[in-house]
Amino acid sequence: MKLLVAVKQVAALEEDFEIRADGRDVEPEFLVHDLNEWDDYSLEEAMRIKEAASVPVEVVAVCIGPEQADESLRKCLAKGADRAIRVWDEAIAGSDPFAIAQLIAAVARRELPDMLFAGVQSSDHAFASTGIATAALLDWPHAAVVTQLSYSPGARSAVFRRELEGGLLHEMQIDCPAVLTIQLGINTPRYASLRSIKQAAAKPIELLSLAQLAVPASAVGEPGSLSRVRRMYVPERGRAQMIEGGVEQQAARLLQLIRELAGART
Amino acid sequence: MSGVLVIAEHRRGELRPVSLELVSAAQAARRAPADTVSVALIAESPEPLVPAVSVAGVDEVIAVKVAAQEFDPDTFEAVTRALIEARKPSLVLVPHSIDGFSYAAALAARNRYGFASDVFRFEYQQDLLLATRGGYGQKVNVELDFPGKPVVLLALRASVFKPPEGAGTPRLSSFAAPALHSRLQSREFIELSAGDDVDMTAAEFILAIGRGIGEEANVAQFRELAETIGATLGCSRPIADAGWLPKSRQIGQSGKTASACKLYLAMGISGAIQHLAGMKHVSTIVAVNADSGASIFSVSRYGIVADIFEIAEALRGQWERGQ
Repeated sequence: MKLLVAVKQVAALEEDFEIRADGRDVEPEFLVHDLNEWDDYSLEEAMRIKEAASVPVEVVAVCIGPEQADESLRKCLAKGADRAIRVWDEAIAGSDPFAIAQLIAAVARRELPDMLFAGVQSSDHAFASTGIATAALLDWPHAAVVTQLSYSPGARSAVFRRELEGGLLHEMQIDCPAVLTIQLGINTPRYASLRSIKQAAAKPIELLSLAQLAVPASAVGEPGSLSRVRRMYVPERGRAQMIEGGVEQQAARLLQLIRELAGART
Repeated sequence: MSGVLVIAEHRRGELRPVSLELVSAAQAARRAPADTVSVALIAESPEPLVPAVSVAGVDEVIAVKVAAQEFDPDTFEAVTRALIEARKPSLVLVPHSIDGFSYAAALAARNRYGFASDVFRFEYQQDLLLATRGGYGQKVNVELDFPGKPVVLLALRASVFKPPEGAGTPRLSSFAAPALHSRLQSREFIELSAGDDVDMTAAEFILAIGRGIGEEANVAQFRELAETIGATLGCSRPIADAGWLPKSRQIGQSGKTASACKLYLAMGISGAIQHLAGMKHVSTIVAVNADSGASIFSVSRYGIVADIFEIAEALRGQWERGQ
């Protein structure tokens, strides 16, 4: 049995940053990369299923990204993933979630997992789309924002709860194989031990090209996307009136605000 | 291709308010009087929902009767696709909601429609559709277009577009759902079990804590501060997920909405969009955060860049001394 976990290496902005000369992205030197927070939870969910199963289960992590994404895959290996696959080609740069989904779907066709997990969304661009688009391309059933899951590897269906607005939960049953997007809080992700981090550093990461996946270059990057970035810019924002001074002065002003605005008893 | 198709969202027999926000957005996208706004009600029993969507600006309500009693991604995807093929709208609007997450990207991917999610602004410049969403944790805006796409599907952020005022008299039509086999079954809804008896929606003064408190042992300090200053203690998602406070105290999209709150004191909360969704009715937000770049400061009336523990201690000290 096999579980495929699609992960993303996300980018956060440094405090000061510059927009690229073409105005369509941020200069890469101002980006700080890490494994997407949601993906920590989907990997953990796969690990828990593996550990509870009575049959052997392989957990495979896949990431679409340049060489630096190996760092995020090593994190997955250190947390217990059995294998890691990275897909890259320069043509992939500038892909939207749909183009990325085509690549993940191609990997899934090659790996034939029993279930595919992805994070609900990524912390950088937050499309909340890649996992569900992948499901459509595979023609697999899919569900989003899963906060509880009962699934035994190889089972023909799974029962899950999805988290709706306002804290309402909706329990559903889904045919398998399926794509589920996993929400924060579904579990408590483990920390990798120093020993497993060392071991992960020595594990191979399989690199797949577009040719190996039989995906033409025209199907990825900007030509293969469902939208195109025209420009990226820093919006004009409202800014709070900042309360300056030392801590005691700041606290004094805060106290005053509470008395005025909360009508609190003092 | 012309016209705007809106897919209404409903749950347990009630229209979700975001559906009407989409109607306003659709009206704004009308380029010519011939551009009609049609709202599709995809439901086991669509008729009772018709009055709720018969608002100003809706030209047509399309009732689509389906077998699924509650939302199901396969049903919504198949029906919306059939509607698009029959009506040929140039723009399709769905909510960027949990239900929207579950089928919009699948619909776009399978049919290669132009697509963007979490869109909070869009406009036509002549025939060019431009959509704006956030990027890099909402620190930048990203403007998108959809070259070569005759049909564009936009998943719109909730609480951005104001629902229309006044009733309308749309014509009512029905549309036969395509034959479909859903691979999911709805089982039941489960209400968030109250971890304690607090009602965050009624609280007028909330002290909310976030990731910035660092560890569970620090919750006590803020609980005591909340008691001292007469605030109800709330939190952002990471605190509830970690089990440091009950889920019933979580403010945000998947938690509670602070709908009666006059003063919201956010300590150590960065201001993720999902958390802000629960604070939209708050009269005054005061944020304390060590990171001067935290997005919470862009929605707050007052801000303090400082160590939250030092501010908490100083505030409590001054309060107790009655300064």
